[in-house]
Amino acid sequence: MPADEAQSGAEVLLRALKDQGVEVIFGYPGGAVLPIYDALFKQNAIRHILVRQEGGAVHAAEGYARSTGKVGVVLVTSGPGATNAVTGLVDALMDSIPVVCLTGQVPTHLIGNDAFQEADTTGITRPATKHNYLVKRAEDLARVVHEAFYVARSGRPGPVVIDLPKDIVIGKAPYAEPAAAHPSYRPQTEPDHGQIAKAIALLKHAKRPMVYAGGGVINAGPAASAALTQFVRMTGFPVTNTLMGLGAYPASDPQFLGMLGMHGTYEANLAMHGCDVLLNIGARFDDRVTGRLNAFSPGSKKIHADIDPSSINKNVPVDVAIVGDAGRTLDALIAAWKADTTTQDTQALAAWWRHIDAWREKDSLKFTQDMTPGAIIKPQYAIQRLYELTRAVDKEIFITTEVGQHQMWAAQHFHFERPNRWMTSGGLGTMGYGLPAAMGVQVAHPDALVIDIAGEASVLMNIQEMGTLAQYRLPVKVFILNNQYMGMVRQWQELLHGGRYSESYSAALPDFVKLADSFHAVGLRAERVEQVDDVIREMLATDCAVIADIVVDPKENCFPMIPSGAAHNEMILGAEHDHEAAGITDEGLVLV
Amino acid sequence: MPDTTHRSATISVLVDNESGVLARVIGLFSGRGYNIDSLTVAPVESEGGRSRINIVTSGTEMVIEQIKAQLDRLVPVHRVADLTREGPHIAREMALIKVVGVGEKRVEALRIADAFRARVMDATQESFVFEITGATEKLDAFIDLMRHLGLAEVSRTGIVAMARGVRTI
Ligand SMILES: Cc1cc2nc3c(=O)[nH]c(=O)nc-3n(C[C@H](O)[C@H](O)[C@H](O)COP(=O)(O)OP(=O)(O)OC[C@H]3O[C@@H](n4cnc5c(N)ncnc54)[C@H](O)[C@@H]3O)c2cc1C
Ligand SMILES: Cc1ncc(C[n+]2csc(CCOP(=O)(O)OP(=O)(O)O)c2C)c(N)n1
Ligand SMILES: [Mg+2]
Repeated sequence: MPADEAQSGAEVLLRALKDQGVEVIFGYPGGAVLPIYDALFKQNAIRHILVRQEGGAVHAAEGYARSTGKVGVVLVTSGPGATNAVTGLVDALMDSIPVVCLTGQVPTHLIGNDAFQEADTTGITRPATKHNYLVKRAEDLARVVHEAFYVARSGRPGPVVIDLPKDIVIGKAPYAEPAAAHPSYRPQTEPDHGQIAKAIALLKHAKRPMVYAGGGVINAGPAASAALTQFVRMTGFPVTNTLMGLGAYPASDPQFLGMLGMHGTYEANLAMHGCDVLLNIGARFDDRVTGRLNAFSPGSKKIHADIDPSSINKNVPVDVAIVGDAGRTLDALIAAWKADTTTQDTQALAAWWRHIDAWREKDSLKFTQDMTPGAIIKPQYAIQRLYELTRAVDKEIFITTEVGQHQMWAAQHFHFERPNRWMTSGGLGTMGYGLPAAMGVQVAHPDALVIDIAGEASVLMNIQEMGTLAQYRLPVKVFILNNQYMGMVRQWQELLHGGRYSESYSAALPDFVKLADSFHAVGLRAERVEQVDDVIREMLATDCAVIADIVVDPKENCFPMIPSGAAHNEMILGAEHDHEAAGITDEGLVLV
Repeated sequence: MPDTTHRSATISVLVDNESGVLARVIGLFSGRGYNIDSLTVAPVESEGGRSRINIVTSGTEMVIEQIKAQLDRLVPVHRVADLTREGPHIAREMALIKVVGVGEKRVEALRIADAFRARVMDATQESFVFEITGATEKLDAFIDLMRHLGLAEVSRTGIVAMARGVRTI
């Protein structure tokens, strides 16, 4: 018998993972995966990080994947292990994050018998994944693992589940090398040159151009961000990033208008509304971005470059569709722009910039912090100081967030010069994402400064992962903007539901300082404006995990805001500005 | 203004004949709120080969394009063909139709069946089971005529379809 065939399924699985370059698995054991844990025990090539709940494992894998560009790997047991992972899988699906999740399953002969800890994992996760597999034959195991990694990372990335019956991992299995090509799944990465030419023809004649770049540019790797920067600079066009795209274009660059959309800047949204040629690269016309569809960028010719044809013409009909990888597309656009001898209408472009600069002068992210000692801390100020004080830190900086107002303030007031430094749950908006994601980032970048900008409500959803931070000495900093409310919910109730704050108060909160202490971390608190810098400095100087409880103004709202169902030019600005509230229509009220 | 007119589309999908593939396709339609007017599926290659799914759906042009793109990105899908758009095609369906009755109505049912080239697959003193094959409209018309002649039960396959001429999927 060849040596290969003497291996157990679990050993074959680990060998395939190793051949796929896997270094770390985030997981949690149980009956159905004990043979895999046994095989893990006997080897050193792959490190296992024991989380405290399976949901945390998937978010950790997402953080790992988004900050490295590699596939994140999860291992959970059957039944409850798999069902706990579902939220994270949908999160990864919505945000196009490559994850492979190995789930244990009852032995093949018991499937369908309501066996102990049996769940129809492939059934449950079918709409939660890009693809899933149930391995029913030992000879399929190695091939399926290789294929799963290929599917997870190719084209539009996403989560893939491999359901592994216990008899398959216990029994002998043959090994197989990765196949050269997949028989049916071969996404188009190279853009069509005819479409590139059409795009260039529109762009060269644009009088009021606008570039709208999203998470797809991050998915395409750091070279795509560099190409975006080159293209935008050579054209002189204004550029905005989605929440998922932050870091794809350097925030400090004068051509950057900030984030667009519901909580985007005045200049980004009005430029979207007023442009005559719109170039979308790797963004999906999400409803948080477009506002009311029939009023979205009404006067523009639209070019959409995306690797997934189903993203094109889904919400917004476009004039030129380019299917391909964002990096390749940008390279092709750069080459075609240079080759085309048409001269740009520089006068029109200059006039367009004068408009934009006037909108910029509104300073739509402006807030007022009372600097009198004892004054209450504005959440925006806390983030601004966090940003400024971390600039002096001689480390790579990665930010994750939870979901809510703090997430939006982080997007507005923390600035990113490079891709893969910002991890947030955009599409699903999963509270509890930030802490485990930060954990995954820190595992991938042990020497980096990793901060979870959190809300007091969200962070409690996966607070158990503080235990994981302690076990692996991961020095993640949890920076809580504690407004004692589910602030984002409270804001909508104030603006849309007559100020009836139904169930949005964060009652009976833990003492976060003591909570940190009990999890072997350091707890800090700032309650007054003059304490902010000290707490941040101390947090940065501490070499273990920290929870910084920043007690902020409970009533602060996040502005600018385009209410649901409103158009870009109907945005509401904060109290610092003349308050022209846009009418929220009945149709708007049903939207989320 | 986006085009809001609806059209019907006959889409053929060539898929790997693996477990769960039909659930994927059906789940896609139900999950995203697309219509399924008719669906047929069967293996078209021997041993572990491929299956062909024929779907009749309807929606605006934008929705139908979306359906095709969504189908195409399923991993086990090899090819998606919009037969309605890609040129002339044949779409056929088969039905078994049970008619129960005696006397004049029974004779009339048999006469109409003959005119429609429906075949008698089963007969008793007071019933017939007809087999009829053809375009959906022909089947609809036949069933309609049987309604006042003792129509008791209908079983339809849903359409199978193919492009005319040398073109293949
Ligand atoms: C409370 C809250 C508020 C929010 N407010 C805002 C807001 O104000 N503004 C905002 O922008 N978002 C906001 N979001 C996020 C929003 O819901 C969406 O997640 C986000 O807008 C989507 O970003 P994206 O369009 O860049 O697409 P992503 O979800 O990042 O999708 C990427 C797109 O690129 C494509 N793609 C993937 N890989 C490649 C590749 N290699 N090459 C080319 N294309 C590729 C994909 O097919 C997809 O179409 C908010 C979320 C929350 C939770
Ligand atoms: C799992 C989950 N449940 C509910 C929601 C709805 N939701 C969105 S934001 C939010 C409040 C978040 O509160 P907090 O973490 O304190 O952040 P803040 O808005 O106060 O900054 C809620 C409940 C969600 N996004 N995720
Ligand atoms: Mg809060």
